[in-house]
Amino acid sequence: MIGGTMTGINDVAATRRGFIGLAAGGAALAASGGVVQAQRVQTSARIAIVGAGAGGTAIANRLANRLEGAVITIIDGRQQHWYQPGFTLIAAGLKPSSYAISNTFEWLPEGVEWVPEHAAEIDPEANRVTTLSGRQVPYDYLIVASGLSLDWDAIEGFSLDMVGQNGVSAHYAGPEYAELSWRELDRFVERGGIGLFGRPATEMKCAGAPLKIAFLADDIARRRGTRDAVQVIYNAHSPSLFGLPIVHHKVRQLFDERGIEARYSHVLKAVDHRRKVATYATPDGDVETAYDFINVIPPQRAPQVVRDSGLSWGDRWLDQGWIEVDRETLRHLRYANVFGVGDIIGVPKGKTAASAKFHQPVVEDHLVSEIAGREAVARFSGYTSCPLVTRVGRAMLIEFDYNDNLVPSFPGIIAPLEELWISWLLKEVALKPTYNAMLRGLA
Amino acid sequence: MQDLTLTTLIAVFEEMFGPVVFWAMVVVAVAITLLYVYVLIRDRAMSMRKFLLAQLSMPVGAVASVWFVLTFTNSSLSDMGGPIDWLMVLGIGTVGAVGFAILIYVAQSLIRGPQAD
Repeated sequence: MIGGTMTGINDVAATRRGFIGLAAGGAALAASGGVVQAQRVQTSARIAIVGAGAGGTAIANRLANRLEGAVITIIDGRQQHWYQPGFTLIAAGLKPSSYAISNTFEWLPEGVEWVPEHAAEIDPEANRVTTLSGRQVPYDYLIVASGLSLDWDAIEGFSLDMVGQNGVSAHYAGPEYAELSWRELDRFVERGGIGLFGRPATEMKCAGAPLKIAFLADDIARRRGTRDAVQVIYNAHSPSLFGLPIVHHKVRQLFDERGIEARYSHVLKAVDHRRKVATYATPDGDVETAYDFINVIPPQRAPQVVRDSGLSWGDRWLDQGWIEVDRETLRHLRYANVFGVGDIIGVPKGKTAASAKFHQPVVEDHLVSEIAGREAVARFSGYTSCPLVTRVGRAMLIEFDYNDNLVPSFPGIIAPLEELWISWLLKEVALKPTYNAMLRGLA
Repeated sequence: MQDLTLTTLIAVFEEMFGPVVFWAMVVVAVAITLLYVYVLIRDRAMSMRKFLLAQLSMPVGAVASVWFVLTFTNSSLSDMGGPIDWLMVLGIGTVGAVGFAILIYVAQSLIRGPQAD
């Protein structure tokens, strides 16, 4: 994952949103009819999909369903599929690592060729993807669903082999690391001390997840009766705890009530695991803080193969490399036969599985409509969703769009800024089935 | 949800329980309902004695269904955070109570027969 190769590509994972709706949605069901299966479109188009995570797998299933005769090739060397929204639950000791692990191939539709290799080069001028072994995949349409890379090397002194000992946790790294992270969190709340949490300064997948793990540490310590011995410190990268001002204020209020200390404009820079000291870059210079437990979430960037392809924005996110797509159609602004889904797209909101789910019908509509000679109508609103867990058994179902508007799925029924059991229920019960249905192109 | 249709809901429930268990549950629910209609037609009347026992069993169904949901979601009644949560609990309890009552009524009718009243 470390900067440079595609080995670390993690597709978007975290979905949260719709699932919930499903569980609670009996009433809404009455308002909507059944799905009318669209007629399949005949084509001989060659479609290449880079990345078989949540976004790539779902769009492969959707296109296989809508197109007759298309040659669809999906390129990803990762054998395991990770249900990333489950990582927080694993890191809180509520689920085993196996909860988030399945096989890439089991989600892919028949008729789609899976090339089990990482992409080494994407050439949008020549309309060709080349894999690590040198195999060339020419295309008429390209969908970039590579996910993002976690840049662990950007944290000085840190490496993943430290996770699971001396109070170091890093649940973003994968299901096994999430389980190791739980063991450290478990030891920490048992023994007490200072716990450091926080988020990177880059765009990141699921900006609510760093808050959740801090809330859960507080809650688990309370349940154990060790809260007085535990200090929970959350380091925000900016002067705000969450991108939406209204959510920031709510979280700040909850932090105050729970005794979670918030430090602003603190970006993790280095970890000295021998001295158990973390260094943060702040506007006033570097600050060192001793810890007994630390949760590390690194800067996040486009995989190197994407950054080398010329598909990235040239005037923004220069250190991150997200691809230059229209924020409503998700079509590349310079290469009209290229689309993006999932974490890799350069839009102002939403690196969550819920967003990836909402990217699907948009890209499907634009691609299929173009092939069929129709005009596409679907637009992405920036929809992002976060069941912000505030303790075991409660969450706030926060959904918003490009305009920082709250866009609740169940207005008047499930309040977005209230800690509710029903929101937890959606996260715990309904999210994964909905995610799986999304992978199959059914939701 | 963006596209909350019956097809989507069925797809999600199939993922939640697995297709076999989900459709088995649907078949069991439909079968019990059909049996209920059957015994009503067969007996040409509601048996108040059987109905009384069925009613008395309702709290058991209600408590069992709420307990089931709480247990499998790592939560407890202290997690209820607002009116919608209590409505949800009431809804789950009601479904459990009614379902269990119908089951008890049907079971009595099938085991004892119409003459047992």
